[in-house]
Amino acid sequence: MKSMFAILLLTVCYSLHAQTKTVNLITMAQLNKRIENQDTVYVVNFWATWCGPCVKELPNFDKLQAAYNDQPLKVLLVSMDFKSKLKSAVIPFVIKHKMAVDVFLADKTNEQEFIDQVDKSWSGALPATLVINAKKHIRKFYEHELTYAELNQIYQTNK
Amino acid sequence: MKNVFAVLILTVTGLFAFKGGAPGYKVGDIAIDFKLKNVDGKTVSLSNYKLAKGYIVVFTCNHCPYAKAYETRIMGLDKMYATKGYPVIAISPNDPVSIPEDSFDNMKKRATDMKYTFPYAIDEAQNVTRAYGARATPNVYVLQKTDKGNVVKYIGAIDNDTEGTNPNRTNYVQAAVNALLSGKAILTTSTKAIGCSIRWK
Repeated sequence: MKSMFAILLLTVCYSLHAQTKTVNLITMAQLNKRIENQDTVYVVNFWATWCGPCVKELPNFDKLQAAYNDQPLKVLLVSMDFKSKLKSAVIPFVIKHKMAVDVFLADKTNEQEFIDQVDKSWSGALPATLVINAKKHIRKFYEHELTYAELNQIYQTNK
Repeated sequence: MKNVFAVLILTVTGLFAFKGGAPGYKVGDIAIDFKLKNVDGKTVSLSNYKLAKGYIVVFTCNHCPYAKAYETRIMGLDKMYATKGYPVIAISPNDPVSIPEDSFDNMKKRATDMKYTFPYAIDEAQNVTRAYGARATPNVYVLQKTDKGNVVKYIGAIDNDTEGTNPNRTNYVQAAVNALLSGKAILTTSTKAIGCSIRWK
């Protein structure tokens, strides 16, 4: 009986934990505000649940954040999925893959503007990654998949 | 002389460094013709279309959800404009080894199931995709046939509403082709859109 209770408690705790992992909508203006801290290096990855190469590289971003948790590094994931897929695809994906870093869903009324504001050179192809170090005036953009070694290298060069 | 050499070396390394992300065409450039294998077993070339005034070249594929979201709109473009001289030519640019859903057999199946009224060709060597500079699917190049060749008049998205939820969307490709048909200037000549990055060999 006691163990039943424990399992029940565990289940409840687990589902509560899972539910606390939310995905908020983010506009470009809000994203710019979110990454303006001078003392932090920001690595922002643009991805989608339906994008194979994105899904493949996602664990690298979790790994990078975990590896440098003691450093002023903030990894953010911005999903470019349709807004209508927030509850049916994005949140279940984030829970299923136990993603630890902050995940947002792009709130874009104008896709053109959103793409251009992230980076002028971006064609719109996914995945893409933006690296910001405001203190060093670094803003770099990568329109391709990154291995962990590449990602780590990018962070080391720009931190 | 040394400088010329340096430039040459830079150019050559440049060519090889950009496996997929070649700059490709800008509006105003002359687009190359091609010979690609179509789902009907024949070869597709722009020059096959003797009566065409131009072309709506669409880089699209089976697997990409954004390409899927646009499929009926691509079919609609051919129905709207093929008879007016601007047929749709769809090209699948992906390496089928990395994405089996984009294999030639699956392309044939899709074209048959959906009753495509336009060619759906595979760019096996990916040279056409590279020359045009497509980086994602779906991506449209509207070409106008002129004495100088096929001039790129529009590059980019089909419209500004991938999800198909905005009744007041701007139909970029329609607007471009309508402008060409009526001899007017195209208002928006290039746009961007989120898409699936092309899988290179």
